[in-house]
Amino acid sequence: MSAPWQRDGYEAVIGLEIHVQLNTASKMFCSCPNNFGDEPNTNVCMVCLAHPGALPVANAEAVRQSVRVGLALGCQIPDVSEFSRKQYFYPDSPKAYQISQYDQPLCGEGIFRVPGADGFTVRLTRAHLEEDAAKMIHAGGEGGRISGSAGSVVDFNRVGTPLLEIVTEPDIRSPEDARRFLTLLRATVIAIGASECDMEKGSLRADANVSIRPIGSTEYGTKTELKNMNSFRFLERGVEAELERQLGLVQAGERIDQETLHFDPTTGTLSSLRSKEQAHDYRYFPEPDLLPVTQDQESLAALAGHLPELPVARFDRLSEAGLVEATALVLATDTGLAAYLDDLALRTGDLKIAANWVMGELQAHLNADALSAVQSPVTPERLAALIALVVDGTINQTAAKEVFAALVADPAATAAGVVQDRNLAQVGGDDALGEIIDAVLAAHPDEVEAFRGGREQVIGFLVGQCMKQSGGRADAKALQGLLRARLSS
Amino acid sequence: MSGIDVIGLTAERAMGMLRAGECTSEELTQAYLDRIAAVDGDVHAYLHVDAERSLAAARAQDAVAGDALSGVPIAYKDLLSTKDVPTTAGSRILEGFVPIDDADVVARGNEAGLVSLGKTNLDEFAMGSSTEHSAYGPTRNPWDLTRVPGGSSGGSAAVVAAGCAPWSLGTDTGGSIRQPAAFCGLVGLMPTYGTVSRFGVIAFASSLEQVGPMALTVRDAALLHQVIARDTDRDATCTGPREPIVVPDAGRLDGITFGVPRAELEEGVEPGIRARFDESLAIATALGATIVDVELPYSRHGLAAYYVIAPAEASANLSRFDGVRYGLRVDAPDVRSMYEATRDAGFGPEVKRRIMIGTYALSAGYHDAYYVQAQRVRTLIRQDFDTAFQGVDAILLPTAPTTAFPIGARLDDPLAMYANDIFTLPVNLAGIPALSLPNGLSDGLPSSLQIIGPAHSENLLLRLGAAFEAEHAFDVVPPSMRSGA
Ligand SMILES: [Zn+2]
Repeated sequence: MSAPWQRDGYEAVIGLEIHVQLNTASKMFCSCPNNFGDEPNTNVCMVCLAHPGALPVANAEAVRQSVRVGLALGCQIPDVSEFSRKQYFYPDSPKAYQISQYDQPLCGEGIFRVPGADGFTVRLTRAHLEEDAAKMIHAGGEGGRISGSAGSVVDFNRVGTPLLEIVTEPDIRSPEDARRFLTLLRATVIAIGASECDMEKGSLRADANVSIRPIGSTEYGTKTELKNMNSFRFLERGVEAELERQLGLVQAGERIDQETLHFDPTTGTLSSLRSKEQAHDYRYFPEPDLLPVTQDQESLAALAGHLPELPVARFDRLSEAGLVEATALVLATDTGLAAYLDDLALRTGDLKIAANWVMGELQAHLNADALSAVQSPVTPERLAALIALVVDGTINQTAAKEVFAALVADPAATAAGVVQDRNLAQVGGDDALGEIIDAVLAAHPDEVEAFRGGREQVIGFLVGQCMKQSGGRADAKALQGLLRARLSS
Repeated sequence: MSGIDVIGLTAERAMGMLRAGECTSEELTQAYLDRIAAVDGDVHAYLHVDAERSLAAARAQDAVAGDALSGVPIAYKDLLSTKDVPTTAGSRILEGFVPIDDADVVARGNEAGLVSLGKTNLDEFAMGSSTEHSAYGPTRNPWDLTRVPGGSSGGSAAVVAAGCAPWSLGTDTGGSIRQPAAFCGLVGLMPTYGTVSRFGVIAFASSLEQVGPMALTVRDAALLHQVIARDTDRDATCTGPREPIVVPDAGRLDGITFGVPRAELEEGVEPGIRARFDESLAIATALGATIVDVELPYSRHGLAAYYVIAPAEASANLSRFDGVRYGLRVDAPDVRSMYEATRDAGFGPEVKRRIMIGTYALSAGYHDAYYVQAQRVRTLIRQDFDTAFQGVDAILLPTAPTTAFPIGARLDDPLAMYANDIFTLPVNLAGIPALSLPNGLSDGLPSSLQIIGPAHSENLLLRLGAAFEAEHAFDVVPPSMRSGA
């Protein structure tokens, strides 16, 4: 575990509740399209508007994707699970109850490992499937928020979106670990294709349960719930702010109230949404309109067997192959980049060299051009051909960067073609290099004198001058050797 | 006026007339509309009749070479959604509400070529046993206009008994098809749970209710059940019947064993009802059946379990009526006050009572003592029936312990009202089918026999019912409704 949050004898105890909107074609209990960003109130029907007599029918694909997520997160999948009604009156809930799951969730307990030298594990309590609420827009309120709003409008497009709620045990010990855990969990869900997990669009939302306790204590302090932190940075900052607030209260001898809090990232402050006394009695009971969901071991084994490589396993594989942890983590959590890497490594036969290119030139180009790995004009095939020219000594690193840029600029270009057209093949023969060295040494007698006088570092300057003379094409290694030999003679 | 006498006309006979070209659907429909115009002012069984719409539908059927039932009229309980036709559930909160789609059962009726005559009265949201809890006024029993027709499908029963429709669809949550069928001298079938789609049925208690036919004869009930008992992809709990529904012929009962839970009959059963029931046992024996005693020890707790489970489900099902998207809205300064004002104005007292019972039964701290306990009782009742059916083919009971009671007699005593369903609601708790059919008269009012069978025994029940029906030779037309009366 990275440094746990510990202050003045207290430690942090953090659990997360994560909502993932599944990217199924249709909604959870009706056949309306499950689309983000359409014209308001166009993806609606009798069922999701809760007209009298409408009945829900569970989306089998949402159930299947949820089970896949559960398997990927290491959860037990019970033979039988059940939908329940969670009742509350609010205009975002047309039935005035949400179809959710109560004591028989689709996915049961699990253990999720955050790998690495300072890795840790988080126990998962459960993951259950439910339907999202409609979107309330509070007209006149700042940023659509309720304060200062004169009236509200409701967009029912979102109501009924399949939502998987993943709940952890309070096993996380620092805000940074909360972020690390969520990053890896998000990557896992993306890797299996169940959701885009876009926090900005709300397809991934996280609440945090936060408390502090004396270091070494096995009991839990009073927890507060931080709602809907919509970025990794806000999650980390929000939890940090709440830990500090709780520590301040404890040190002042004041009580921590069980309440639900909203973190305002612009001011860094926390405000209370509701206290425990105002907590809802949701009056759960089993949903009589739906049959229990049953799983058979054979289908579960088949689902588990067909999961793609998951980020944690990929991290392990890349680490074992010798990549440094930071590199392995970036590649493990970016499925697209990792797939590119694997393709490239297969073509070049060297994972480490491939990783250097992917993490270096390729990523810089992807970031600059806002592309995903699969969209890049520099396909693994083209890049592999370029790397081959470096490995066999045809070009040096400097030239290789120029060739890469040329491959980005012209999708029709080949590495060999660029090298030929621009005459980038490296100058490596003793005769050719000797001429350059002679010229440089003649032009810089003072530096030659200094080197011979013991100022070894001057050689860097002389190498640079030679490289310049060669138009950047000199074989740097050969050049160093020859230069030293000439200076020492 | 058309020349067709629709009083006592069975759907099967109407079908025969249509197929033989003795009349058109338009003429037949007009005859029913005339009859409605003549007597529904007294009976008040219809909430909505649109003569032009019905006649247009009839003409459309006349224009095509339709199926067997094409052009036969029907009436639908106003709990069933009808596309473009107002559907109120007997409640002010849905006054003027027009569904955007048909209930599955209505769609099946349309596909079969049935012509809707209109929507029938009911206890608000099907909560009641007398149709007195309709927000639009009570329906009167065609056998005696000072008495209730039963409920909640009282309108669907009264229209058939009064000759204002050849048959109808009702819904049964705790006896709401069978008890009004009993009070009005009709045949009513409560199907096995999960064999008829509930899509478009305005929900009261989802785990208990099914749509079923109400008719003048067992054969008519079977014919209508054939239309509606179908699989659907719009109700996750419905898989349709296990075998095709067969229209039965009367026959003997050799080899059949009936169970009679005698302990259940000891209290609260009117002497006339009891006498007719005992006569039916004698008929069964004469037809070759064997009668044995069975015990249903937990069924006496059925009433208590039912009045926890049904209100619990209802309290959630009726939460959607909040004034936001459709139906009544009473404006108020904020959304919570709007909910309260709308629901206060929109719901009648019985609906409010059940919402409160259900909300209480599901509340933290009471959930286990009420809801969970009631579900345990429900399981025990189911097991009672399972055990009984190991030794018998079907169970016989009266449908209701009394004949139709006077309007107003039980309105101030909910427990007495609820007790009228004592023989019907254990069947809903068990999810099994039951057939109610006329069983002679008691003091001039219909008495009724209920035949209860194991899950998916509809064909058996219909066959047994046809055997009793032939022996009873019951005149389905109330004296005051007879032609010329
Ligand atoms: Zn929909």
